[in-house]
Amino acid sequence: MIEKDVIIIGGGPAGLCVAKTALEAGLDVLLIDRAPALGGQLIKQTHKFFGSKSQYAKTRGIDIANILIDDLRRHAKLEILLATTAVGLYPGHVVSTYDEHVYRRYQGKAIVVATGASEKFLTFENNDLPGVYGAGAIQTLMNVYGIMPAQEVVMVGSGNIGLIVSYQLIQAGVKVKALVEAASSIGGYKVHASKIKRLGVDILTRTTVKKAIGKDHVEAVEIVGLDDTWNPIAGTEAIISTDAICISVGLSPMHQLLSMLGVDTKYVPELGGHVPVLDDTNQTSIEGVYACGDAAGIEEASSAMMEGYLTGLCIARQLHHPHPDDQALVKHYHDQLGLLREGPFGEKTVIGRHKLKEGAWYA
Amino acid sequence: MLEKTGVPSKEQIKNSFPDKALLARPKAILECYEDIPCNPCSTSCPFDAIEIGPNINLQPVLKVDLCTGCALCVPSCPGIAIMTAQIKDNKAVFKIPYEFLPLPKKGEVWKGLDRHGQDLCDATIEHVLLAKPQDRTAVVTVSVPVEHLYTFSTIEVKHG
Repeated sequence: MIEKDVIIIGGGPAGLCVAKTALEAGLDVLLIDRAPALGGQLIKQTHKFFGSKSQYAKTRGIDIANILIDDLRRHAKLEILLATTAVGLYPGHVVSTYDEHVYRRYQGKAIVVATGASEKFLTFENNDLPGVYGAGAIQTLMNVYGIMPAQEVVMVGSGNIGLIVSYQLIQAGVKVKALVEAASSIGGYKVHASKIKRLGVDILTRTTVKKAIGKDHVEAVEIVGLDDTWNPIAGTEAIISTDAICISVGLSPMHQLLSMLGVDTKYVPELGGHVPVLDDTNQTSIEGVYACGDAAGIEEASSAMMEGYLTGLCIARQLHHPHPDDQALVKHYHDQLGLLREGPFGEKTVIGRHKLKEGAWYA
Repeated sequence: MLEKTGVPSKEQIKNSFPDKALLARPKAILECYEDIPCNPCSTSCPFDAIEIGPNINLQPVLKVDLCTGCALCVPSCPGIAIMTAQIKDNKAVFKIPYEFLPLPKKGEVWKGLDRHGQDLCDATIEHVLLAKPQDRTAVVTVSVPVEHLYTFSTIEVKHG
């Protein structure tokens, strides 16, 4: 068994930031990601980020990934395993990995689960037809591999991902025929909505997908209006011809590795579903096992980075190896998180984290 | 309306424009109608003309007397929500952010679109700027008949 101070599972915005502060504190770090490159979802984000300077605002996500990765390269105490899946998490801080050739076991003084989230899907007739995509797949094809996913798309869901991917599709030369949203108002930032509306994309609220139409692949979609109790209104059906339907209806935290270990989890809708119960240092109910980023609750990448930096600092403290700027940095990142969550879009997270603490083992 | 369609109300748009008399010089038009955690417009302004303050969730406020219309804020806004506007004789001249290919070229006539994405008028391309600090967001100077001052939003290439 190979021993490390800190083992981080997931090399997205949260995991990369944990690595940075832990390495700066002098700990040795193993960073594991199942993808062939570090960066997580950042490498698909071609838009400029919101936030302030501390969150790399007005820098495109793909460039933020490079900044975060470059930050780590100078550290000799970093080992990176790419195209490697963490397949198991066991008592005694043991992580089992598999890279399509060999299984290995690692043991860490601290384990961080920064596995991100998976996409939620939608139930409708023919939702298994080729041409029905998740927004993540569309972004991977388009922005990572440069492959046009379709000629025409109907987008489902008006959260920031649905709005941003619609804009990116237009940039790629794809016709976005409409965006449908079951709720009564747009979910994401209105500036993102205005960006696609001014390019002629109609946003249809209180509307959902009834079925996909097509023999071997999507040829059209039937949509239907919803009343205020979310029931379809007969007679409002309409058919839009399209060769793809993109589903962007939210994300679920990837808590499975933590559940395997039996940490306390709780169902908190505001955080996206089942999430680990965490203390103020992002430690789970099992000592030395931490979680941060979307795996701990769905939020923007800006917050995931701040939580990552904080988690690294907290681990360094716990391992009696505090970061040289420990106090100043902890305060800075707490302040930044406070600011990011202070507005109306942070409300859900604040409520969710409050619910998470109710009845926690440490409360 | 904005919450359901993505189109701001006429009143919201009017409020984001300074008095017409001040548009003899170009001024930034900040179409940011919602509290979101974001402040690059404010930090990119060399004249401190855009105020947000320490709570980055607040909406930006333009100090119109300090704004020179330099348009540095235009490519800095991650929401593509800032342009500059100026009235020159019978034309409204805008500097808009543009992130599509092909880029327009000076002298070309493109379609001017309103905030619904509908055809509005012809839009003459006056200048195209794409410097490194803009990070791939071009700033296109475009002129349209002055009556479209409050309705013009962006441009689209004319096909055929």
